[in-house]
Amino acid sequence: MGAAPAPRDVTSYGMGLAAPLALFFLVFFVAPLLQLLWLSLHNDTAGLHWGLGQYLHFLTDPFSLGVLGSTLLLGAEVTAVCLVLGFPIAWLYQRVGPKLQTVIILIVLLPLLTSVVVRTFAWIVILGRQGIINATLQSLGIIDTPLKLLYTQFGVVIALAQVQMPLMTLPLITALGRIDPNLDDASCSLGAGSWRTFFRIVLPLSLPGVIAGCTLTYAAAITAFITQSLIGGGQMLFMPMYLYQQASTLQNWPFAAAISIIFLLAVLAVVSVFTTLGRLSRGYGGA
Amino acid sequence: MAEAQGGRSLVVDAVTHRYPSGALAVENINLDVKGGEIIALLGPSGCGKTTLLRIIAGFIAQTQGRIIIGDDIVDSLPPNKRAVGIVFQNYALFPHLSISENVAYGLAARGIDKATRQREAQRLLELVQLPGMAERLPRQLSGGQQQRVALARALAIKPSVLLLDEPFAALDKNLRLDMQIEVKRLQRVSGITTLIVTHDQEEALSMADRVAVLSHGKLEQFGSPSDVYDRPQTLFVNTFVGSTNRMPGVVVSADRTAAKVRLDAGAEIIARPAGGALSEGGRVTVCIRPEHLQFVGDETGFAGVVGMSLPLGATVVHEVTTADGSGVKVSQARIGETRALENGAAVRLAPLAPSLANAFPATL
Repeated sequence: MGAAPAPRDVTSYGMGLAAPLALFFLVFFVAPLLQLLWLSLHNDTAGLHWGLGQYLHFLTDPFSLGVLGSTLLLGAEVTAVCLVLGFPIAWLYQRVGPKLQTVIILIVLLPLLTSVVVRTFAWIVILGRQGIINATLQSLGIIDTPLKLLYTQFGVVIALAQVQMPLMTLPLITALGRIDPNLDDASCSLGAGSWRTFFRIVLPLSLPGVIAGCTLTYAAAITAFITQSLIGGGQMLFMPMYLYQQASTLQNWPFAAAISIIFLLAVLAVVSVFTTLGRLSRGYGGA
Repeated sequence: MAEAQGGRSLVVDAVTHRYPSGALAVENINLDVKGGEIIALLGPSGCGKTTLLRIIAGFIAQTQGRIIIGDDIVDSLPPNKRAVGIVFQNYALFPHLSISENVAYGLAARGIDKATRQREAQRLLELVQLPGMAERLPRQLSGGQQQRVALARALAIKPSVLLLDEPFAALDKNLRLDMQIEVKRLQRVSGITTLIVTHDQEEALSMADRVAVLSHGKLEQFGSPSDVYDRPQTLFVNTFVGSTNRMPGVVVSADRTAAKVRLDAGAEIIARPAGGALSEGGRVTVCIRPEHLQFVGDETGFAGVVGMSLPLGATVVHEVTTADGSGVKVSQARIGETRALENGAAVRLAPLAPSLANAFPATL
């Protein structure tokens, strides 16, 4: 053995070191999940009769399928809005001086420093019948009667997009920062205009960040219980609230458990599509 | 290959650039590059040579002056309309595109159809001696190969002017010489007016038809490699290009072609007034290269004591301490069996010829 021991390969450490965390996950994550699965496989609320009745009920009930569909659609809409609005911010961040970079990062992070409840109430103030938008439009004489913004899909998407924006912008900033700025100049000197450079060089090379951002935003948007419920109000029902009603109000635990499992599988399916795309785009890495 | 178009001329006309902070990046640069010429912009880092390259390419809009390519003033043109090819120091190949897609990129931007593009890319890859690499990705290539691809990509757009930014800095020494020969060959074949930015004087002297030496944003000298090396116009050029001994002295008498200088080290020598006229009684710095000093037997030169002798293969360098305490280096070619000089031996030194001692007014 040498005098100075070489640093050990991390994989050579005993798996025992991971035991505390593994135990924690086992007790507080895997066990409840299994319990949820066990619960969902019962046809009655008392949990006496085994069966797939809850799943059949959900999958044959147009209302339940509608809630699932609108939740997944909501996630897609929020993700799209975050991508379209977040990309220019991340792009700008890489092209301004260090002072402006600090300002941009502060603005991007600001939503994370405020409670979701506070941010959501702020949106109620902005979107309400007597809210800032309606008041301004009315005083300018553009509209006569207040627009219905609160308790609409549009309102939920806008509020969620603002709330989840950092999850999109931060991975994009990282991904764009990894691109050699000379590539821009090289593309330009070869005769390409800004749009060609963007679509042929910048966008493909930032794909890992786009996919990471989309995955995070999507997962966060569809499970955002507070914002969905407060901005969506009574008329708009999404999976988290549906689940909550079944479990807490109706005490239908087996059905709530089945909803959870179905929701979980639906989210996993969408996320795995994203990660597959991510793996395909990994060939672009390096540089 | 019907590629030699004679090359277009490039004129840098009184170009000055100020940073937003007000600091001067380059000041009143004038360069007149003939079509098909290779020019080296030589200077230490921070001398403004890269700024000048970016001005010519169109990435920076200069504060004053004009850039003229051929008969066209290109100042109002963005970089993508200037038809200036650039090879970047780190090559800046598109990592997600194959080698042939990289080479054909500029052609695609010009809307040339796919079949022609592929044929052109193939031809250029053969030109840079990389056939069979078309489908690989840049990271699968070595540094030298990547540089060939960068060259092919820049040549594909048939540029009026080719700009190379420190093109050999990232290559190891053996490969560097190969690539320098390769670039010179390609430049001859294509006849494209070429500008090489470098801080490496050997590279500048060996590759360029003419060398522009820059320091602190100013053009110190623009001339042939032998002009720059043998007839430097400023003290900076004399010390930056090649090595030299700086010997302080006072002008005894001077006219436009020769000056008699009394060196602080003793002895009077005849020197060339390199930086313009000298005034009698003024202090000067005389620059004599180590290979331009010789040992003399008579009383003509200045006296010194040999400190150390370093046999460097083809030459021997002697470190000599002069009467005023300063050290000078003398380089002697090793012809036959050179007698080794003993440590502490008293010698006398003189320049080989008056034209090889350059006198510059002393700066404070």
